[in-house]
Amino acid sequence: MKSICLYFQVHQPYRLSSFRFFDIGRHNNYFDDYANRYIMQQVAEKCYLPANEALLSLVKKHGSQFKVSFSISGMALEQFEQYAPKVLKSFKKLADTGNVEFLAETWAHSLASLKSKKEFTEQVKMHSRKIKALFGQKPVTFRNTELVYSNEIGDMAYGLGYDTMLTEGAKHVLGWKSPNLLYCSASNPKLKLLLKNFQLSDDIAFRFSERNWSEWPLTAEKFVSWLEKVNPKDEVINLFMDYETFGEHQWAETGIFDFLKAFPTLAIERAGMAFKTPAQLSRELQPVAQLNVPYPISWADEERDLTAWLGNELQDEAFNTLYALEKKIRSLKDDELLRHWRYLQTSDHFYYMCTKWFSDGDVHKYFNPYSSPYDAFINYMNVLSDLVARTEKKLEENRRSRKKS
Amino acid sequence: MRVLMFGWEFPPHISGGLGTACYGLTKALMKTGVDILFVVPKMYGDEEPGKIRLVNASDVSVDIRNEVYKTHESKISYMEIDSTLLPYASEEEYYHLVEQLESGRSLEQLNLHTQKYSFSGGYGKNLMEEVRRYAVVAASIASQHEFDVIHAHDWLTYLAGIEARKVSGKPLVVHMHATEFDRSGENVNQLVYDIERTGMEAADMVIAVSHLTRNVVINRYGIPADKVITVHNGVEPPRETTGIDIRRHVDEKIVTFLGRITYQKGPEYFIEAAHKVLKRYPDVRFVMAGSGDLLPGMIRRVAKLGMGTRFHFTGFLKGDDVDRMFGLSDVYVMPSVSEPFGISPLEAMRSNVPVIISKQSGVAEVLNHALKVDYWDVDAMADAIYGVLRYGSLRKMFTNHGKAEVENIKWDQAGIKVKNIYQQMIRA
Repeated sequence: MKSICLYFQVHQPYRLSSFRFFDIGRHNNYFDDYANRYIMQQVAEKCYLPANEALLSLVKKHGSQFKVSFSISGMALEQFEQYAPKVLKSFKKLADTGNVEFLAETWAHSLASLKSKKEFTEQVKMHSRKIKALFGQKPVTFRNTELVYSNEIGDMAYGLGYDTMLTEGAKHVLGWKSPNLLYCSASNPKLKLLLKNFQLSDDIAFRFSERNWSEWPLTAEKFVSWLEKVNPKDEVINLFMDYETFGEHQWAETGIFDFLKAFPTLAIERAGMAFKTPAQLSRELQPVAQLNVPYPISWADEERDLTAWLGNELQDEAFNTLYALEKKIRSLKDDELLRHWRYLQTSDHFYYMCTKWFSDGDVHKYFNPYSSPYDAFINYMNVLSDLVARTEKKLEENRRSRKKS
Repeated sequence: MRVLMFGWEFPPHISGGLGTACYGLTKALMKTGVDILFVVPKMYGDEEPGKIRLVNASDVSVDIRNEVYKTHESKISYMEIDSTLLPYASEEEYYHLVEQLESGRSLEQLNLHTQKYSFSGGYGKNLMEEVRRYAVVAASIASQHEFDVIHAHDWLTYLAGIEARKVSGKPLVVHMHATEFDRSGENVNQLVYDIERTGMEAADMVIAVSHLTRNVVINRYGIPADKVITVHNGVEPPRETTGIDIRRHVDEKIVTFLGRITYQKGPEYFIEAAHKVLKRYPDVRFVMAGSGDLLPGMIRRVAKLGMGTRFHFTGFLKGDDVDRMFGLSDVYVMPSVSEPFGISPLEAMRSNVPVIISKQSGVAEVLNHALKVDYWDVDAMADAIYGVLRYGSLRKMFTNHGKAEVENIKWDQAGIKVKNIYQQMIRA
């Protein structure tokens, strides 16, 4: 009997305010509180609340046959607390059913895994503590930002106590292999890997409302018939996507909520499938093969690599300047500096600087508040320059006071 | 397919972008197999010999008994024009032309029933008169040649296009390289506006050089949207610029404005942005190259802001001096209030200079590797200047991608689009 693994990513960045060079050294209102509050409240109404409601009713209806998993970034959790406490309450209600697994990730939805083991470790621990405090469960499965994964990152996660990870079923890694089975890491076979079935996931996340798609409109009936057609030897179909798919990327008017409510029922009742959590699947299934991933993969774009966030000159300068601050910032033990530094690590900031969409990628445009990557870069660098200046100033003050004493 | 095309100037006798644009487009059209009969008011005899068949309107005989002649001649007496009618011309060239016109203007040579006009082909005081007479000649030309489509460039030739259409019954496309609003802001010359509007109304199709211009055509001239099509200009390959001395004699970075110093080009916004940058980052020099009616006011403003030692005026530059100026620049800024297309940022990019352009320019529609700001948003402009000067990767990006991007903006694409428009009109 095949299983379905539903995993949703919940994330909202702290968007930057328009910060001009003449603001450097003047003030540190880096974040656009108005926009962040507005967007959070909008998405709460359009997506998080109704989607949670739909899942809750599915849990009630199907009991242990219907389980889901989430990873909620620290940035989203903080903003729920600040701007939309109702959402947090509704996630807690879901947690209380016992049918929901919350995954670990980096606090700041960062790319620290690629740059600093120390920072990565700290952020994962911060996040795990917060999840325990909010939902009463200690995460056992790890999901890195944007499903970024490599052997090395897998080793780091395992070192932190996670024996299961989620990542992309990237073609260039899988080759002829099916994503619908449990795998393990080539560098550490104890670490199990669940791979996103991007075809079926993206049918919902990206193509659901696309009218010139030959399969439009996508009904629950049709989707479940595709699930049924999957190779009988396959064991689990991993449907991984942004939670904002429901009501935000695909508007309620497209029928996405009806779809969300209908397809699990059909899959359970007609196809006899069960919806399971990553931890559960990791326990129940045997890994069929090792996956060797020497270079990081992700769930983004055709390339399934890091080029949405890193690689062009702008992204690299911003990223390197940011992490060059690490030692100094840590040495200062200044909570606010550290917090701001972490907010600036959120992967979205680098995504906005991506120039790939000049040739393709409407997706990038959709998620980008800047009219060009150049604007995004200049604004980010102004903010970062201020953070650098504050750090230097503080260090200088410390040096002076040490001399005196 | 043969096209009867009306222009006002043709290389090498050009006073600005109109001639260059016509030249680029005709060459591209010929590559697609279109045969072109290009009419200019006046030929100088040193036009590039090639496949383009030029017709000199000054050589064409007009029957003075004909109706077209009578209508237009009767209107000529009460036409007046002012000095703001240049399509893309520079101020200097304009003064130069006016001088020529005033000194050596020849009169019509009359014989019994026909006459030839001697056109100046410039933009002088008798411009309106020439525009009318050009239309008279156009009717004659249209009756003497075989063609399938008529194409008229800018308002100067629209009356000619209309007359040619009446005589031949062939479809007419008019090409808006600039609107009267681009040239004069809100103080439009009513005569010019009327000719533009009449031309577009009479035309079967209207080509606009940018979406920006297309919107003006639709909203301010009331032309139905479905007959207005945007065809972005291309760029001619660069001139040879080897051997130009571009040694720098100052250590500071240089930020450049290069263009006419007129309302349309937004020079005052450049000055205000410079002031903001200098307050925080004194190691920069700003250069304003060009001349125009706002120049004295700009010099006063710079003096008043007390940044005269950091802000320099060069006067009008041409030829190698333009290339040298680009060579010395670290950033090029085009803060135009209204720019139908705008070729100069492309020239800067080709010299590996990062550019900041106003969103109110047509060229902003075709460029990715450029910083774009609203012309009035002085804070954003200052921020963009500062960013390019301070954050090294921006320069790297522009150097790595800008030049290639410009080299891809080709007339060939425009040629193919225009040919499609011709075919569409012939079918309809």
